[in-house]
Amino acid sequence: MALKDITLGQYFPGKTIIHRLDPRTKLLGTVAYIVALFLASHVVTYAILLVVLAVLIAISKVGLQSILRGMRPVLIIIAITAVLNLFYTPGEGEPLASFWVFTIYAEGIWAAVFMILRIAMLITCTFLLTYTTSPIMLTDGLEKLLSPLKAVHVPIHELAMMMSIALRFIPTLIEETDKIMSAQKARGADFDSGNLIQKAKALVPLLVPLFISAFRRADELAVAMECRCYHGGAGRTRLRQLRLGGIDVAALLLSVGLCVGIGVLGHYGW
Amino acid sequence: MEPIIQTERLSHIYSAGTPFEHGALVDVDFTAYRGEYLGIIGHTGSGKSTLIQHLNGLLKPTSGKVLFEGKDIWETKERTRQIRFQVGLVFQYPEYQLFEETVYKDIAFGPGNMGLDPAEIDRRVRQAAQFVGLKEETLAKSPFELSGGQKRRVAIAGVIAMEPSVLILDEPTAGLDPVGVESILGNIHDYHVAKNATIIIVSHSMEEMARTVDRIVVVNDGKIPFSGTPREVFAHGDQLEQMGLGVPAMTRVFHRLKSLGVDIDPSVYTIEQARDAILTKLGKGAV
Repeated sequence: MALKDITLGQYFPGKTIIHRLDPRTKLLGTVAYIVALFLASHVVTYAILLVVLAVLIAISKVGLQSILRGMRPVLIIIAITAVLNLFYTPGEGEPLASFWVFTIYAEGIWAAVFMILRIAMLITCTFLLTYTTSPIMLTDGLEKLLSPLKAVHVPIHELAMMMSIALRFIPTLIEETDKIMSAQKARGADFDSGNLIQKAKALVPLLVPLFISAFRRADELAVAMECRCYHGGAGRTRLRQLRLGGIDVAALLLSVGLCVGIGVLGHYGW
Repeated sequence: MEPIIQTERLSHIYSAGTPFEHGALVDVDFTAYRGEYLGIIGHTGSGKSTLIQHLNGLLKPTSGKVLFEGKDIWETKERTRQIRFQVGLVFQYPEYQLFEETVYKDIAFGPGNMGLDPAEIDRRVRQAAQFVGLKEETLAKSPFELSGGQKRRVAIAGVIAMEPSVLILDEPTAGLDPVGVESILGNIHDYHVAKNATIIIVSHSMEEMARTVDRIVVVNDGKIPFSGTPREVFAHGDQLEQMGLGVPAMTRVFHRLKSLGVDIDPSVYTIEQARDAILTKLGKGAV
């Protein structure tokens, strides 16, 4: 097992329009899409949202396969929600089927289908965000978007910095884990067999060096930051200036349009 | 000479099936002979670390075979595990893998995993400590209170204590001061002589390599372009430079002389060889 194969942060580098959008646009767009998703309640509106999502996936060139692969861990949640909706949605007409304490109404089937679609689309659109935006860009965008909160003394810059450092070190720590694991395996350590207690014990030779190295790295990073006169967010300028271009404005307008449109359609019973 | 480890058309591809896929090794045929002192050189990312991790079964080949004493090391799960004790691998900066409360316990980790009895473990720990020049009283200390160089010795002892018949070391002298370098190389040589063990050292320091090994294998772009005695390898000076591997300063001077039109043997890498080459050129014959 190679830990390297785990996709974390899940960013797939690319040069499509979606990749090039400002992270703030993408964040707001995702929020707008999710809101629209919750406003939708009719086949027509769901169909519109599904088409929009399909178009976005096609433009981003992410590939359906990687999205489906990312979906795997949440399959159980989707399944449970669908089953619960199926059995516990009360209906007005004749029950379609009934056994023991369970009764299934036509409404239940609809509710289950919509719920599956809703969760799947919700996850897919957030995937699209993380697949096309590098984690650093994402935190930059978040920091910018949340910066008004600084007025009420929420340490936005510090939180964003902590987040970028954490994200920055995930691959490093994974690599380190991989290396230490190999080194201990080379000395005959066995991480895969034995019962739970033996497995937990086998982790000691992995965790001790990993923690030590994490603390060492934190120390070194703190010194390096201090050497370069880091003193918090006040008055700091950025290397990558985020700028909203025409394409961002267009994308934002489209998102708002989608949101409002779905809302209006919903109002007229669609 | 009898081969001890061989690879047959060994290929390894990282992250197969994702956008990050890349081949680290391509159809590599590599042989290490019993009892030899072998050097592997290649710059960062050439595939040399991937290669050595195949030799003790830490990485599984994407295609091709790894043979130890003529038999595939992936035959059974048990064999793969046993190979790890036969082929000891010391990683780069091995001091970062220490974890036990005392130096003694850390060195005993490998032999303990082999399932040896306590008396044998004790003998091996003490002998390994002796090989790397650790004092008796150091054994009771915590590895975390030692200096960097001492920690490195403890980590190397941890592998030597398994008494492997092949000892592979990835950049064992990286980041050490000149005295530490000499001393560690000496310790490794001691082990080589005492146990008639095969030693494989990975390095990018040509000078260090030239002084210590019998044979050099060059790894570049996941392939082995050439191998041979240091002299044979250094004769490919220009190609080595193209791969980003400097030849020893001495060799570079002679290559330069040759390209300036002086008829001289450019494969020298020690003072003695240089003297002989110059004397031959001057028509006075080697002394």
